Amino acid sequence: MRSISFYFQVHQPYRIKKYRFFNMGNDHHYSDEYLNRSVMERVAQKSYLPMNQLLLDLIEEHGEKFKVSFSITGLAIEQFQEYTPEVLESFKKLAATGNVEFLAETYAHSLASLKDAEEFKSQVSMHKAKMKELFGVEAVTFRNTELIYSDEIGEMVADMGFKAMLTEGAKHVLGWKSPNYVYKHAYRSDLKLLLKNFRLSDDLAFRFSSQEWPEWPLTTDKYLSWLKQTDAKEEVINLFMDYETFGEHQWAETGIFEFMRVFPSKVIEDGEFNFQTPNEVAAQTQAISELHVPYPISWADEERDLTAWLGNEMQDEAFEKLYAMADRMQECKDPQMKIDWLKLQASDHFYYMCTKWFADGDVHEYFNPYPSPYEAFINYMNVLSDFQIRLNEKTEMASDFMLKEIVMDFSVIQKMTVAKLKSFLAEVDAKDLAIIKNFMNQELNNKVDKYLGKRKQKALGQYQDLKSSSQEVAQKTWQKIQGLIK
Amino acid sequence: MFGWEFPPHITGGLGTASYGLTKGLVKHDVDVIFVVPKAYGDEDQRAVRLVNASDIPVNYKNKEIQEFWNKLTYLEIGSNIMPYIDPEEFMKLHEDGGKTLKEKEHLILGEKYNFSGKYGKNLMEEVARYALVGASIAQQYNFDIIHAHDWLTYSAGIAAQQVSGKPLVVHMHATEYDRSGEGRVNSEVFHLEQIGMKKADLVIPVSNLTRNTVIEKYGISAEKVVTVHNAIEPVEQPDLKVVKAVKEKVVTFLGRLTFQKGPEYFVEAAKKILEKDDHVRFVMAGNGDMMNQLIRRVAELKIADRFHFTGFLKGEDVDKMFMLSDVFVMPSVSEPFGLVPLEAMRSNVPVVISKQSGVAEVLQHALKVDFWDVDGMADAIYGLLHYRSLAQNFIREGKEEVENLKWEHAAEKIKELYTKVLS
Repeated sequence: MRSISFYFQVHQPYRIKKYRFFNMGNDHHYSDEYLNRSVMERVAQKSYLPMNQLLLDLIEEHGEKFKVSFSITGLAIEQFQEYTPEVLESFKKLAATGNVEFLAETYAHSLASLKDAEEFKSQVSMHKAKMKELFGVEAVTFRNTELIYSDEIGEMVADMGFKAMLTEGAKHVLGWKSPNYVYKHAYRSDLKLLLKNFRLSDDLAFRFSSQEWPEWPLTTDKYLSWLKQTDAKEEVINLFMDYETFGEHQWAETGIFEFMRVFPSKVIEDGEFNFQTPNEVAAQTQAISELHVPYPISWADEERDLTAWLGNEMQDEAFEKLYAMADRMQECKDPQMKIDWLKLQASDHFYYMCTKWFADGDVHEYFNPYPSPYEAFINYMNVLSDFQIRLNEKTEMASDFMLKEIVMDFSVIQKMTVAKLKSFLAEVDAKDLAIIKNFMNQELNNKVDKYLGKRKQKALGQYQDLKSSSQEVAQKTWQKIQGLIK
Repeated sequence: MFGWEFPPHITGGLGTASYGLTKGLVKHDVDVIFVVPKAYGDEDQRAVRLVNASDIPVNYKNKEIQEFWNKLTYLEIGSNIMPYIDPEEFMKLHEDGGKTLKEKEHLILGEKYNFSGKYGKNLMEEVARYALVGASIAQQYNFDIIHAHDWLTYSAGIAAQQVSGKPLVVHMHATEYDRSGEGRVNSEVFHLEQIGMKKADLVIPVSNLTRNTVIEKYGISAEKVVTVHNAIEPVEQPDLKVVKAVKEKVVTFLGRLTFQKGPEYFVEAAKKILEKDDHVRFVMAGNGDMMNQLIRRVAELKIADRFHFTGFLKGEDVDKMFMLSDVFVMPSVSEPFGLVPLEAMRSNVPVVISKQSGVAEVLQHALKVDFWDVDGMADAIYGLLHYRSLAQNFIREGKEEVENLKWEHAAEKIKELYTKVLS
């Protein structure tokens, strides 16, 4: 039997408040709480809550025969917890039915996959852990932010152990091929790819209520007939869309809820299609061929590329400056810094800076808190500068702390009697000694050299290249040696 | 005196200078009646009698007024030029419907007229009406001399001159060449400036730089053009507690982001400095038609985490900004005078100014560079940031220098000029 696979994206960023130069260094609270709360409450009322209830009803009615999947970003989850816990509860109810698959993605709905493999992987595991904690299931299918995909990203995803990934059925990648089959990664045959049927998906997501559209009004019968018109050999129709389609992009008045209430029974009655989750489709269906995607694709705009988020000077500058901090953030343990770091990575901030001509302007303006991309950029950079200041302070404090520790403790060696020093030098590991010698002053170095045994001297020579060891390594080594001294 | 704005309702240096001058004149026993298109009621009237042009009825049946109106053909009231507007405001103004020429004329000639006193879409219409008000006032009030500030008020000045037969002094705070730049001069505005100066008995430019423009570009005879430099009103230092929260030194630009102010040179100089030393932050405070282009350039140069835009600042925020600044830069391409560096110096901030500014003629304790000389500008900023003794010296001496630039002195000079014109 052929399948229909629904996947709904749930995401809300933490929008940033007006943050001025005067705030920098003083004010480390970036979110516009009032705005975030009011958007979340509105969307919950208009979309998430009624649609969750509707899906729950459908699952109750049809049992095993109706299934859907969700991807819910970590930032959306955190805002549910903060502002609308009842939404989270209703998702948990959906999870408890067993008919709903929860996909894995980046915790922050970030673009990390394009820039920093470490950050990408750590956000994915963070998100997986969150899904497990909340819904008690292991996420096994992956979807990247905005369905962004390339061979390289697919490889990273396969490395993380995922068996399937969702992306866009972009025309410029597929050519004459149909999105209604399962494909696989260009060279990693262990990763299957499910492609969005953008025409049929966008009929619901974008065109449903458009009275300029010749097909308006769209009935369930008409829509089912379009599904049935696809080649009978084609195995799966992937209907991927933002969850806000229901009740927010398409208001309740357009009849979108009624459409969704009736559509599943029509499909089940008709019998040609069943509903399956992405994981089921990937597990049960053979991949028809490899898909080569050397340059990243996405589900956005006409171009289905990255130009909504990256490409103009402002977006590139903000993106570079953000990820220039990634290495140091891996080391940072401060919990508030880590949360802010995630919030700042949300792709939405870059979307607000987009200056593409406005064919896709309608969608871009949606939920956009800024009057212009320039203001979006200024505000974001002000916040990022403050974040930099905080990170610099943390890093400096950490290294100051380390230096002081080392300098202070060397006095123990300095004060040793010659006999004690000799026995210490005989005991200590040559490699460890080579490392900490870099941090000793000249006087102490000379003293150590003077009492160093011949054999040890030779052994020390082997480790000459360790001269550039970092302070952190030295710190650890020193701790080890301190144990020995005691 | 005919002015277009008066504190606290000001958009630039014109209002501040007009106010300072009147306060200075009062110290020399000169009584001033100051006419503004629109008075709000909260203006400081200790030094002047403020007359609200919106309150002055114009009697079109009056013969003199009619005659004057007929002579006013050089005013193209139908045009919608907006020489001062930034793009954002332009969009707003552009949205409301336009009036026909007939409608405009009807409005202007009506008994009553409500001025906006802004620099908006109906600017030429307001200028024309203001001229009629000038004629009416000349009939109603007693005075010895007429003094008009900038081209917007020149027609009113001429009207008053014709009605009363009293001498006319026009004050050039800025010329169309400064505002728009060579080659982009608005011919209507140029024309109004020229007529005003030609008819005037005395022209007072705010600097020798402006004096040269007046003589060379407008063909005004040199003997009736006498420079009087602007000054600055002493103020109480604001009682603000500002904690500097960023560790880096701060270099500030404050002004409209337009061609005239040369903001792009500041951006390029910032890049040069950051290449050598990234412990510096640059702040660009202001708004204007070049804003977006500047933001893109800053992003392109990859200095956006060290270069910050604040938008338009006013009131306390300006004081705060100065208190956070280590160096102030005014790279103007063409600045008739330039008050802001004086305000910076008064707040203990050393300044770098372009040689193409009038204020450069009166300041000793400021580093002066050509606006196009980005290397020189970067050098000067770097020097003030890194050589403490230099900065300290500039702060100390500069403050004293500014405190001596009193409107009282400028007003004394102007009073002498009045006397000469009257004799």
